[in-house]
Amino acid sequence: MMRPYTPKDNVQAKAYYTDRFWVAPRIAEEPVPKEGIYAEDLDALSAKCKVLKAYIQRGQLVIHIDPKDNITALKTLKEERWYEMLSEMSAVDFLAERGGFEVFYQILNLNTAQRIRIKCFVDENEAIESVNPLYRSADWAEREMWDLMGVKVNNHPYLKRLIMPDDWEGHPLRKTYPLEGDEFAQWYEVDKIFGKEARDIIGPENRDPARIDRYDTERFARLGHEVPRGTPPEELKKLEEEGVVTPVRYQEEEGVFLVKDLNEEPKVLDKRK
Amino acid sequence: MAQHQVNYTQSGGLPVALTTVDKILNWGRSNSVWALTYGLACCAIEMMASGASRYDFDRFGTIFRASPRQADVMIVAGTLTKKHSEFIRRLYDQMTEPKWVISMGSCANTGGMFNTYATVQGVDRIIPVDMYLPGCAPRPETLQYAVMLLQQKIRKESANKSQKPKRLV
Repeated sequence: MMRPYTPKDNVQAKAYYTDRFWVAPRIAEEPVPKEGIYAEDLDALSAKCKVLKAYIQRGQLVIHIDPKDNITALKTLKEERWYEMLSEMSAVDFLAERGGFEVFYQILNLNTAQRIRIKCFVDENEAIESVNPLYRSADWAEREMWDLMGVKVNNHPYLKRLIMPDDWEGHPLRKTYPLEGDEFAQWYEVDKIFGKEARDIIGPENRDPARIDRYDTERFARLGHEVPRGTPPEELKKLEEEGVVTPVRYQEEEGVFLVKDLNEEPKVLDKRK
Repeated sequence: MAQHQVNYTQSGGLPVALTTVDKILNWGRSNSVWALTYGLACCAIEMMASGASRYDFDRFGTIFRASPRQADVMIVAGTLTKKHSEFIRRLYDQMTEPKWVISMGSCANTGGMFNTYATVQGVDRIIPVDMYLPGCAPRPETLQYAVMLLQQKIRKESANKSQKPKRLV
């Protein structure tokens, strides 16, 4: 089957069409069935802690709980319902909408191949308890969550930045963090290696990929057409018309001293010695 | 076994070659440009290909060394992240003079497509660069040609003088 052809002339020049009234489709939330494994899981959980909200999304059980209950909830599901694997955990930035983060734990029951997602909402300055004692895979996931989102984790054995350098400021995966970095990020390597006083010498980063520097014609030259540095562009054109070229010369052309050229003519001996 | 007669007066004069100190030093330097293995990203694959049998860097006397103390040229092949920038500067400082730097590929030249908070926008912000290779990634021929041009550059330099300070802070 061939893909239908769409004309691609001048796609770069056109502005992207964005519908201002487009709303991202929500995945349907279905009620939890009265019977089955998920119903038993939910019963076991609600006996131990408060369940704020529970529904089925794309065939998976999603449970919202209070962030203070996260250890209790995961311990119940792990020890009583055999959800023994934490396949993923992280946080989602909702700082602008709700002033906090949604932390989620994706757990898997290896016997029934059923998955549950536990979600809880933490405020920006609120800390969450580490689930590292229950699931060892939470170790690095929580460090990453702290590093990139800035969600504090209590009682983590080694809460250190995982991806960014140790002396980094800010949490880059927050939606408020600029993609090109804040001032600290833009000067990070200069400040660290040369010190702040070198900022004037080195200058700011060039973040504009389409920038054209007039002096590039002086700093760079076509191979074999090099002219003295600082030649103004008018003279450059004149030199080109005159046919001034600086040919690329190789070592071999002039003959390498100490190294003889290969003698193409075979040596013929008149008689055997 | 054939014995070759050595007749100095007949076959091209005495076995004496006259030259200058500059020339002989530069001849030695330019034909043994040992490179520091500095593969940071996908350009490293092309750098490895340049060293392997098909393109064969050994022909130019370029052998990859895993130690900055033994290397003459640093081929920065790949994306330099801000976290790594202090290490590249330290390794550059550990290289012995004379030393040269080849910036290989778009990422090393200008940051390339990684216009982000975590990427150094060009290695020349950290270390002085002698040669910039365009491409993403440059083919092994490009790197090979760069090494040949670097050899030419070395031959033009004055050998006994200490290197001109490039942009050192």
